[in-house]
Amino acid sequence: MIPETRSFPGARRPDRTRRQDVDGVGIAVYEWGKESDPVVFFVHGGSDFAGTYDVFAPLCADAGWRVVAWDHRGHGDSDHAALYSWDADIRDALSVMSSVTDSPAPVVAHSKGGAFMMQLIDGSPYRVSKMVNIDGMPSKRRMPDVPDHDQSRLLAGEIGSWLDYRHEAHSAERKPGTLEDLARRRGKMNPRLSIEWLEYLVTIGAKQDHDGWRWKLDPSMRFGGFGPWRPEWSALRMASLPIPFLGFIGTVDEPMGWGARERDIRPWLPAGGHLEVLQDIGHFIHIEVPEIVAPKVLDFIS
Amino acid sequence: MTTITLQHNKISLALHQIQGGSGRPLLLLHGLGEHGRNMSNINLTWNGPIWALDFTGHGESTVPRGGGYSSEILMADVDIALRQLGPCTLLGRGLGAYVAFLTAGARPQLVRGAVLVDGPGLSGGAIHATSTGEFTEPGPRVGTAPDPWALFELSRDARPPNYALTFIGLAKAGSGLEDPVAVTCTVNPPWVEAIRAEAGVLTDITVQEALDIYATN
Repeated sequence: MIPETRSFPGARRPDRTRRQDVDGVGIAVYEWGKESDPVVFFVHGGSDFAGTYDVFAPLCADAGWRVVAWDHRGHGDSDHAALYSWDADIRDALSVMSSVTDSPAPVVAHSKGGAFMMQLIDGSPYRVSKMVNIDGMPSKRRMPDVPDHDQSRLLAGEIGSWLDYRHEAHSAERKPGTLEDLARRRGKMNPRLSIEWLEYLVTIGAKQDHDGWRWKLDPSMRFGGFGPWRPEWSALRMASLPIPFLGFIGTVDEPMGWGARERDIRPWLPAGGHLEVLQDIGHFIHIEVPEIVAPKVLDFIS
Repeated sequence: MTTITLQHNKISLALHQIQGGSGRPLLLLHGLGEHGRNMSNINLTWNGPIWALDFTGHGESTVPRGGGYSSEILMADVDIALRQLGPCTLLGRGLGAYVAFLTAGARPQLVRGAVLVDGPGLSGGAIHATSTGEFTEPGPRVGTAPDPWALFELSRDARPPNYALTFIGLAKAGSGLEDPVAVTCTVNPPWVEAIRAEAGVLTDITVQEALDIYATN
């Protein structure tokens, strides 16, 4: 079967791909730009995959950067693991980063990726030289793209529902559909992104089987939930970041967004940190307005 | 001793029957680095079937690749066993005590008393945000030893007291038991200290005394 394809203006698949074995879990790694250029790491958010940088990464690669991104475990073309956790995501990140360079490099991270990279930097500050955090800064609201037990909501029904799902997880399958079906479904979570972009994403983040397209995201993963994690822990880590910091938030709430407000974030910015608040923009800032974000990011990391 | 296998997502869980009989089962949950069969060494009397579970990554249960452990995932292991056995009294040692406690709050109608006993992994990790240093390789698994990732991750999972208090609240609200949790531990990590002071928690009690109370409830 020859899979359907889509193109999108400005979108470009990576120049190189490889797999990184992280203690038995295969992580799909992607690179845009020349191998001899300075490294910048791009980190995607929950439920996403590195291909969501297919427009933004080429803009940075064409400006002289070697952009390295990877699919988190259970996402995109990385292996589906038996267990998922924030700490495991951080270890996977460290493994990929150390396979590319031993020197500190800048990081651009979105949503959940931004939050767990702040934890990585807090523990391994020698790995990162500068951080761009795109709407992955702490909020008192729940974080819809944070897996399972990493949430702080503790309603009995929520716990029971999560446990019920664990009983069925071994046989769970993604619902098949046409390419257009999957794009429309994703559009409910990404209402501000164009259908053309979402259809393009389907051709990267989903696979075409005999009965239709399915997202590659591990169906045993269930987002939302509960756990000991507290939003203020991210705030404390952000405040103590020892490197230059640039944050972006939009002013429009979205289903996948964290609802962080400027007033929530400013008190916790690290020393010298800068926050850009973009009016009338949603959670996927770098996808909505790459032409605005890319120059600011390039200026910051250069 | 007979063993049955239960499926929890990609993990096959080993559930051992230590004692036969009829009536409400007692389910034993081992400590960090132990396995279910170790629990048969505990000196106790229970007039009914006794089962012991091997948590994910321990004993005869599957050792997954790449870690990612949490106490909440082990709580889901126990929930898989509860669906097989029906309502049970839980007795947990160390890590198993914490998991038994969480399960008492998460499935209050299925847990007819949780008895918490000292043992490895009782304390867990931090109770607040900490800097977690770089650690990417735990070394190879030795023979039939537990998964090194389990030993590493479950010895430092966060257990804030206010998180524990939420679970004792759920256990009290949902179980119908006057005292759904019995603390027999002599060690008092912050989460145990927090729940000790709560109504609905039996303290100053032996393991056997607690089991005798729950056997009649």
